[in-house]
Amino acid sequence: MKKAQTSQQTIVFFKPNTEVFQEMPLAQNGVSAGFPSPADDFKELRISIDQEVVKNAEATFYARVAGESMQGAGLDDGDLLVIDRSKEPQDNNIAVCFIDGEFTVKRLKVAEECIYLMPENSKYKPIRVTEENELIIWGVVTFVVKKV
Amino acid sequence: MFALVDCNNFYASCERVFQPQWEGKPIVILSNNDGCVIARSNEAKALGIPMGAPAFKYKEVFAKQKIKVFSSNYPLYGDMSSRVMQILENYTPDSEIYSIDEAFLKFDGFDYFDLKTTGHKMRKQVRQWTGIPVSVGFAPTKALAKIANKIAKKFDSRTQGVYIIDSCEKRVKALKWTAVKDIWGIGRQHSKRLEAQGIQTAYDFANLPDSWIKKHMSVLELRLKKDLLGLPYIKLEDVIPTKKSIATTRSFKSNLSQFHQLEERISTYANSCAEKLRKQEGSCSAVLIFIRSNSHQKNKKQYRNSCVITLPYATDSSLIISKQAVNGLKRIFKDGIDYKKAGVILLGLVPAKERQLNLFQPDLNKHDPLMQAIDKIHLRFGPHKIKLGNQDLNSTWNMRQEHLSKRYTTELTEVFTVNNNSNIIL
Repeated sequence: MKKAQTSQQTIVFFKPNTEVFQEMPLAQNGVSAGFPSPADDFKELRISIDQEVVKNAEATFYARVAGESMQGAGLDDGDLLVIDRSKEPQDNNIAVCFIDGEFTVKRLKVAEECIYLMPENSKYKPIRVTEENELIIWGVVTFVVKKV
Repeated sequence: MFALVDCNNFYASCERVFQPQWEGKPIVILSNNDGCVIARSNEAKALGIPMGAPAFKYKEVFAKQKIKVFSSNYPLYGDMSSRVMQILENYTPDSEIYSIDEAFLKFDGFDYFDLKTTGHKMRKQVRQWTGIPVSVGFAPTKALAKIANKIAKKFDSRTQGVYIIDSCEKRVKALKWTAVKDIWGIGRQHSKRLEAQGIQTAYDFANLPDSWIKKHMSVLELRLKKDLLGLPYIKLEDVIPTKKSIATTRSFKSNLSQFHQLEERISTYANSCAEKLRKQEGSCSAVLIFIRSNSHQKNKKQYRNSCVITLPYATDSSLIISKQAVNGLKRIFKDGIDYKKAGVILLGLVPAKERQLNLFQPDLNKHDPLMQAIDKIHLRFGPHKIKLGNQDLNSTWNMRQEHLSKRYTTELTEVFTVNNNSNIIL
């Protein structure tokens, strides 16, 4: 009861004022097709997720996760990865890598004589990359899009 | 100074970005309907696979030599191209997209040391951001930049992909190195005639008297000669016809913002491309169009986009090419933008006589007599006397693309997959 009262107090309804009639100019010659709608000037663009996740459109690519090895980092099977290739890969980055003929996503650990591709799931083992392996660090993962 | 930036083996490089296992291995790309070879990696060239090789004849060779075959994936190539071009255009306000994989950039007020650094920076950035390797040639003129680029590419390990013609000695050396038939814009007819005259190299050509060139060739070749001498006679966006690529890209005199204005431009560019195509007796398999605002007017709303329409069969019909170009424009046009530049690029060029007959398109050649008539009228009464209305092309397209890679960058359902299961502890 009290709640309802409060809300009644805070909501103010505006009604159109119909008492004063204002004359509006009439478009005499009709409106040609392709004439921009006057409302266009006030049109706001809708929120686009691109604004948040795409920092460099030319360097941004997407990939789909298959498998569970990065669950601990919040990367689940079926998630969409946003990859920004303009970012210089650093130790501790999560990156899409191409290793021995296959794409995978792991956390980079730079050691003295090798690089480790670290999973974040105890059921998986780290991949040790030495000179004998062919590794391409394809791009740094900057965002993950998941369905909840 | 001009720079010509050229993507190395562009179609093959695009495929390798998403399938790096083919790095260093032979790759060929087939025309629409998997007809013939339209692009080759260096490794495939070294194995002697000729351009235009019919796929069915070479099937066993491909298998035996372990050559990876791809169907042409124009949506992918178009998108990768627009990424590369955008990166390049940030380096200078004056640029011309010359083909899907080449751009001329104009640099004023840079000294030579800066240019070399800039060249390497461009190359590194394009490679890192997009995965596409490029070569860069700098020179005082467009025709020389073309040659500088060839040198950069040919002697990749020595030049690190960047070469500058910045002295008279270098220019003379480069000209002597270039065979007449490889001079940019010299057609086959002219190069044969020059060779018959004992003119072997670009150097010989550049030393011909103006009067001889005027008499036996045209004003275009005269301008080419001046360009080769280091005098910039060919400006950005001047049309130099070549067999490899057909493109019409232009900056507008004033900004355009209405759909119908752009439609008219795109349709005109598409027509002029189609005419060039018929002149060289070719047909095309896909049409790329792009539109963009003036990126150097930072206070205005910026927009740029491109799209590729893949055709069901190779064609040289102005009607189809123009119609599809406008369809592409409809997809990417956005209101409220001041557009400054637009272009049409024809892709997948194959000789007209080799174009694939499609069983389900029995009226493939239906526009041929009409096109011939239009070309004749233009020849007689000057260009653009006949313009096209819109024509609808309602056909279900059923293309053969057995070796098609995914549209990794333009379809959310086709992005590549990273496998996170292989290191599981069993």
